[in-house]
Amino acid sequence: MATILFDGVAYGMLLFVLACGLAVTLGLMNFVNLAHGAFAMAGGYVTVILMDHWGVPFIACLPLAFAAAAALGFVLERTLYQHMYGRDHLDQVLFSIGLVFMAVAITDYLLGSSQRNIRLPDWLQGRREILGVNVGIYRSFLIVLCGALAVGLQAGLVRTRFGSRLRAAVDDARVARGLGIPVATVFAATFAMGSGLAGLGGALGVELLGLDPYFPLKFMIYFLIVVTVGGTSGIIGPFVASLLLGIADVAGKYYLSSALGGFVIYVVLIVVLLLRPNGLFARAR
Amino acid sequence: MTGSQTVAAQGLARRARWRVPEIVFWVVAFAALLLPPGKHLLLNEVAILALFALSLDLILGYAGIISLGHAAFFGTGAYAAGLLCKLVTPDPLAGLFVAIAAAALLGLLTSFLVLRGSDLTRLMVTLGVALVLHEAANALPQWTGGADGLQGMVVGPLLGRFEFDLYGRTAYAYSLATLFVLFLLARRIVNAPFGLSLMAIRRNTLRASALGVPVNRRLVAVYTLAAAYAGAAGALLAQTTAYVSLEVLEFQRSADVLLALIIGGAGWLYGGLAGAIVFKILQDTLSSNAPQFWMFWMGLFLVVLALVGRERLSGGMRGLLARVIRR
Repeated sequence: MATILFDGVAYGMLLFVLACGLAVTLGLMNFVNLAHGAFAMAGGYVTVILMDHWGVPFIACLPLAFAAAAALGFVLERTLYQHMYGRDHLDQVLFSIGLVFMAVAITDYLLGSSQRNIRLPDWLQGRREILGVNVGIYRSFLIVLCGALAVGLQAGLVRTRFGSRLRAAVDDARVARGLGIPVATVFAATFAMGSGLAGLGGALGVELLGLDPYFPLKFMIYFLIVVTVGGTSGIIGPFVASLLLGIADVAGKYYLSSALGGFVIYVVLIVVLLLRPNGLFARAR
Repeated sequence: MTGSQTVAAQGLARRARWRVPEIVFWVVAFAALLLPPGKHLLLNEVAILALFALSLDLILGYAGIISLGHAAFFGTGAYAAGLLCKLVTPDPLAGLFVAIAAAALLGLLTSFLVLRGSDLTRLMVTLGVALVLHEAANALPQWTGGADGLQGMVVGPLLGRFEFDLYGRTAYAYSLATLFVLFLLARRIVNAPFGLSLMAIRRNTLRASALGVPVNRRLVAVYTLAAAYAGAAGALLAQTTAYVSLEVLEFQRSADVLLALIIGGAGWLYGGLAGAIVFKILQDTLSSNAPQFWMFWMGLFLVVLALVGRERLSGGMRGLLARVIRR
């Protein structure tokens, strides 16, 4: 029981890191970005390739995955995404599905369609007894790392100057611009940061989620669930939603058969949206 | 009848008038039956996709509901027709009606989910419903055949006379006739006050309800109707290929139909039909060597389309057509 809870929390933390960029673009900036998973996939493949071909240690791959995905996000934001802000939701959906398809096709073409794996360093493998609970070391590592990131992000959003500029830009871009806030730069930096975090999540998730070219499509729904269930008020909502989703998914697949367990998250999604159409932590408007 | 009502009725009648290009379109479509065998299988797929896109047009183009899970109804129809054929009766028309009923029922039940919330909530709910069904079909292999698909369907002859042959001529005739009948019905519906009220809802929901349009009831009705259409399309696919696989419920299918509709332009019924033709021809030529290429081009097309603006493409096509019609 405690082990399942623990695994669920680790899984949820990972989902949070993967999805928190989307929580900002979709939740705060109201941009329907279905292509978020593509950045996670980029981070995952950077890790796999660095480890397999250059023998880079896993820990060193993590910042590189972050940097690669962030750079990719920055370039795409400057060239493509920035034209799509404020457009029709249908246009945004079409645009980002198109990006997903291209990402899948290009990855498939360049790297092959097979599932890729990595070998974790020895010190992250195995399980250990902590306070009477049998926990995986890698999962503890995930919880510590992702938990620290979550705290850092929340502090960054609430306490720093950049955070307040971002919140101002999101609330009313025109007024923010009038006050001298460089809205375009703030958005670009935020987008790059979110993509980078997705890339980091992708790198961390290779072990748990697997990695193949269809990753962005397979996990798109998870990211979207985190944001819609969490609501659009900030990143605490998505954080709670990630944990809920992680625990529900792991517990569902454990207690019910693995086939039936797949339902649990969708049922949670539909029930939450029925009761609270704007998510658990809706912003009062 | 008062004066303003007469004017409104005349306006509706003018909208509903048949124009020459429309008649030509359908004559050509039916004339394709006489082609030598070889292309009918592809034409059959075009007709099925056209019906599916027509169904999406009803909710997206007219009522403005963005759906990412329209395959839910397509798949429901396909499995309903397949199971009926296997377990009860091989008659295709019976299968078609049962599929329509099953999909409409599901549409009615899930329509209450899409009434609430924003575009994003709707996206999620439609996507979620389709995924739940996909999981369900996967988890019930004793019914659906799971990942292997529903095999062993022996579809009886159409109307007791016309066997489904290897070349797909009967299949095409069947799909096209179904498409035509349902198209006539859709055309009648959208040109009626009902259709106008849907467009009012899409443009401005608040104003529509202030004008006395019962918004929720209209949305439930059109969502159910569109689900029934999608179910019919699914049944046609199941019966003409005598096979149902999990693919009928996949996200890819919902995305394909969205793309087909967008190519032709949403909101004028022919958009789905035209888009289906273009989509299938492109798919047939581009994916013959490698499926990834097809996915890449489709993605590129979507990105460019979104950046350039849908309005320009569909507006251009419509403007061209309007000019032809006026002559």
